[in-house]
Formats: sequence, C-alpha cells, structure tokens
Amino acid sequence: MYRYDEFDHDFVQARVAEFSDQVQRRLSGEISEDQFRPLRLMNGVYLQLHAYMLRIAVPYGTLNSRQLRMLGHIARKYDKGYGHFTTRQNIQFNWPALSDIPAILADLASVEMHAIQTSGNCIRNVTADHFAGAAADEAADPRPYAEILRQWSSVHPEFSFLPRKFKIAVTGAERDRAAIQTHDIGLHLKKNAAGELGFAVYIGGGQGRTPMVARKIRDFLPEADLLSYCTAILRVYNLYGRRDNKYKARIKILVHETGVDEITRQVEAEWQELKDAELKLPDADIRAIEAYFAPPALAERPEGDEAVKLARLDSKGFSQWLDQNVVTHRHPDYAAVTISLKGIGDVPGDASDSQMEAVADIAEKYAFDELRVSHEQNLILPHVARADLKAVYDALVEIGLATANSNLISDIISCPGLDYCALATARSIPIAQEISQRFASLERQREIGELKLKISGCINACGHHHVGHIGILGVEKKGSELYQVTLGGSADENTSVGEIIGRGFSSEEITDAIETIVDTYLGLRLGPQEIFIDAYRRVGPAPFKEALYAGEAKAA
Amino acid sequence: MKILTANRLSDGIAVWYADGGWAETVGQADLAHDKAAEDRLEAIGAKASANNEVVDVNLIDAEVVDGVVEPVRLREKIRAAGPTIRSDLGKQAERAA
Repeated sequence: MYRYDEFDHDFVQARVAEFSDQVQRRLSGEISEDQFRPLRLMNGVYLQLHAYMLRIAVPYGTLNSRQLRMLGHIARKYDKGYGHFTTRQNIQFNWPALSDIPAILADLASVEMHAIQTSGNCIRNVTADHFAGAAADEAADPRPYAEILRQWSSVHPEFSFLPRKFKIAVTGAERDRAAIQTHDIGLHLKKNAAGELGFAVYIGGGQGRTPMVARKIRDFLPEADLLSYCTAILRVYNLYGRRDNKYKARIKILVHETGVDEITRQVEAEWQELKDAELKLPDADIRAIEAYFAPPALAERPEGDEAVKLARLDSKGFSQWLDQNVVTHRHPDYAAVTISLKGIGDVPGDASDSQMEAVADIAEKYAFDELRVSHEQNLILPHVARADLKAVYDALVEIGLATANSNLISDIISCPGLDYCALATARSIPIAQEISQRFASLERQREIGELKLKISGCINACGHHHVGHIGILGVEKKGSELYQVTLGGSADENTSVGEIIGRGFSSEEITDAIETIVDTYLGLRLGPQEIFIDAYRRVGPAPFKEALYAGEAKAA
Repeated sequence: MKILTANRLSDGIAVWYADGGWAETVGQADLAHDKAAEDRLEAIGAKASANNEVVDVNLIDAEVVDGVVEPVRLREKIRAAGPTIRSDLGKQAERAA
C-alpha cells in the first residue's frame, strides 16, 4: 500500500504542530470559538451532542494492521473503547476531549494517518471500491488514481474554500461497489478498445435533501488527463456554484440548474486551457504510484479447494459464512472476506478496541497485512488464501465478528442518528437494531436474498437512505420520531433514488412496516433469483402501498 | 420553563447551568420561569462563552418531574442521559455507578 514519502511526513507533522498550537490557543482563550470552529473542522473535529467527535481519514478505505491497531489504541486510551466506521470509509471517535486531540493526532501521524479534510468545504477523503486490487471483475486497481487525487487535493489552495463539500469516488470495475453515481465526481476506471486506461466521468450525484443521480459527461478520459479534467470541473463549480444558500451549493444543483449539456461544454472549454499544461500526468508518475499498490505476491495455494470442502462439511456456520461473506478473488486460490460489523442487534459500523486489535492480528497473519473499510460500514480482508478461510472464520467467531449477513437485510447502513449527532432529527441505530433482531434468523435472511436497507436520522442522508432498496428516513414530527420509507433506491451501476411510499411510521410501527414490505416482496417475486430491487422495478410501488396502507383507506 | 445548557470547552461534555456554576447533570439546573429570568440566564451563557468556559450555549425547554429538572425535547433528553443504545455510556452510566 501507499507509504508516505518525506513530503507527506513533513506535511502531516507540520499540520499536527499547527493544529496543536491552535488547540492550545483555544484552550487558553487566546482565540474565540468563532475563530476556532473553521480550524477544528479542517482537522475533523466536530462538536456533537455529548462531546467532541473526531473523524479520521482512511484514504480510499485502505488500512494496514499497524494502523488498525493504532485506532484500537486510540479508542482505548482517549475514547470509550470503541470507534464507528462510516459510509465515507472513515472512522469516527465519539468522546475525545479537545485537550487530548493533539496527542491523538501525533499518535495517528506515527502510523501515517491524519484527520485532514474530513470536514469543511473542501475535497474530502476520496473513496474507492473496497475490493480494489482483489476483485476478479476490475479493469485495474482504482486506488493509485485515488491516491493521485488525494495528493492533488490536499490543502489545494484553489479548492479549500469551495461553495460546499466535495466528494469523489473511484471504481475500477463494471459492477460499481463504490456508489460513484452518488458523488460530486464519480470515476469509472476502464480500458478502451486499444487497451488503454481511462475514466468514464460522472458529475453532480449526491444525496442529502435533494438527491440526484450523477450525469455522465465523458465516456473515456485518458488517465493522463485525470487531474486537468478534475481541475476543470472544480473550476467551473467554484466559479458558478451557489454560495448564497448552503442547501443549493453542491455541484448537483449547479448541474441541474445549468443543464448537463451546458455544464459539459463549460468543463470541456476550461479543460482545453489546462489539458496540455503542467497537470498532465507523466506516465512514469502514474506507474510509480501504481507500484505502491502492487498486490502482494500471492503464492499458489491449490490446497484451498479441498480444505474449504472439508471445512464446509464440518461446520454449518462456516459454510453459511463462506456463501455470504466471501467473494471471488482474481486469483483462484484466494478470496476476499467481508467482516460484518452488523452482528444481530449490534450498532452498525461500531467496533471495540479489542476487536480492532484482533482483526489487525488476523490481517497480519492471514491477509498480507491489508484491510479495507467499506462504505457499507464493514471491514474487508481483500486477500485471503482459500486454504486459510476456516482459520480466519474461527478467529472471527472468537471476537463476535463472524455474522454471515453480507448484503442481507441485517447488513444495514445506519448513520449515528440522534443518539450522537447534533444535526439528527431522529434516532437511527435503535431502528437498525430492532430490524436486525426481527430478521435475526439467517435462514430467513437468505430466503429474502440481497436487500440493501439504509437508515438516516435526518435529511442530510449520511445513512444513504435515498439509495437503499429500502430506505428509512427519521424525522421529528410534533415532538416525536417519525420514519419515512422509500423503496427502489440503488447505489450500484444502475443507481436510482428511492420513492417515498406513503405516510411515515412511528418508532413502534416501523419494524412491522418493513416486515410487511418484505413479505409483500416474497409473495410477488418471480422466484428466489429475483432480488428485491429487481422485483420492485418490475412491479412498482402499488403492491407495497396496498399492503402498507389499504387497511387505512378502508377504515376511512 | 427554560434552562441553560452548553458543552464544556476543554472536553466537550454536556453541562447545565446550576447554582452559580456548570453542572455535569441536568437535575438541579436553574429554571427560568419568566422572560426576565431567561434574559438573566442568556447573559450568563454569553459571558461563559466569552470567557471560553463553554461552547454552543442554548436555552432549552424543561419541566420538573418528581422534583427533578428534565429537558422536554428528545434531543435534549438524550444529551442529558447519553446514547439510548449504550446505557453504559454518558451521564446515565455515571448515575448508575
């Protein structure tokens, strides 16, 4: 994986020193909160309901064992023994004292981590497919390009005070696991007919109060032009994006209001001025960054097939986990493993200090020291020999992280909601827990099949509810929590925004409503191969409305 | 009725103004029964903010239940107790201990 060079080291150390000084000056009263707030936000420090919150960047979701161990150490030493992995592939700590944050940042810097640009109106942590480098279906590893974007966007002087935050995601596979069409810029790395690498470029996707699916503005951008083209997009946005209304300040609004043809023309015109200048990426530089992401040397491990076959016979639990949480690797002797942070009734995305350390040990022993954080709030071991899968499973069972529910209804994305977040209008975690418990039976979950359920505790949509097959949005109505349901959303290569199905449900009603929706689907699907989203796209909302609300209409 | 709440600057912990200082629990918070009392609390909050003791100062609705002050809104109840999904954390845990 990428290792800091001298410049990176100096840059992060300088930022730790600078922010430590700012914290000291704040604590001594030398600077006011108004002066300090933008400075702390540039360093990932928020103020939430109970305490400060520190958001730490995990660039493109990639970690090594040493880094994950350090996160466990921070959880134990400075926080309350756990951390929360987020939909931006980052991690948040919920209870740090401001006075401890300089020490936390120094600890992070010792393992090449930081919290820079995890907040503020700048280019945020660039996200990528969590199976990057391992997936059997990718044209190339998207992370070298995410790293190039990270280097380019870090304290970029022109793009540090944008109209609003700006998020970029990159995938290297046809099957989009990075939700690129819900990002300000989505990049699909692919090969053209000549075998050259380049990107399909999407802009203007986003969620929040105005969800929009990104529009493709270029089918093939040569890799050398990545930075000049992104610069052109950002320039057009920085110039014309609205600054008068924060709810209309994201690039999605500009794309919508300007029209995709006109904005494409503007971007292309800007790009003509830039494309042959200093932003053109020299091939040698791309290949040098790529070398950092060279896959581990994967020795032949042909004994895996037999080992897996035997272990399956021996353990039903292993067999189910294998079917659900283990995916094909580009090397036939290997697999990529999803470590579910969605144990039945657990808080989605939370991991304890000791779990983080144990997972780091597993990664070191069995997975070439590589880990990923997925935007679905799970951890990934991208390269595990099939022969070692049983040992990995057994180790995960010991720490309570072997739940075999990847992509099933209990693999819920949930924001922290009103239990932690100062912006939230309703709780989301307890709803996730109740739904997870209602559908606890793995057999029932497998019978239902792939179903992406996503919950947000406010309209900002951190829980991605708009693109859940089933989405739940918690709002406050007359002093109570009310949960609105959307159906038909999706965050893959066929991205769609879910439709509100009808009136909302109270916290007591919502789990029953979800069960009604699921039962309705089971009753109308053409067979187990027709997953929820496909069935919904075929039949539309009517049968679900009928099942949820028909009784009311008759009663009225 | 209103009470004055904020987060302490140094560690961000939620606090309520009570009896001349900032208490870590809400139960004994000073109540404002009228506009004049609210103004007095707001002035205290503004001063504490200017003195860098606390941040994010707010007057919030409260009621008295069994002789103990409680916030009215769910958001403020959660601030006063801790996450509803982790009874081992926050003020509720300290109370239990």
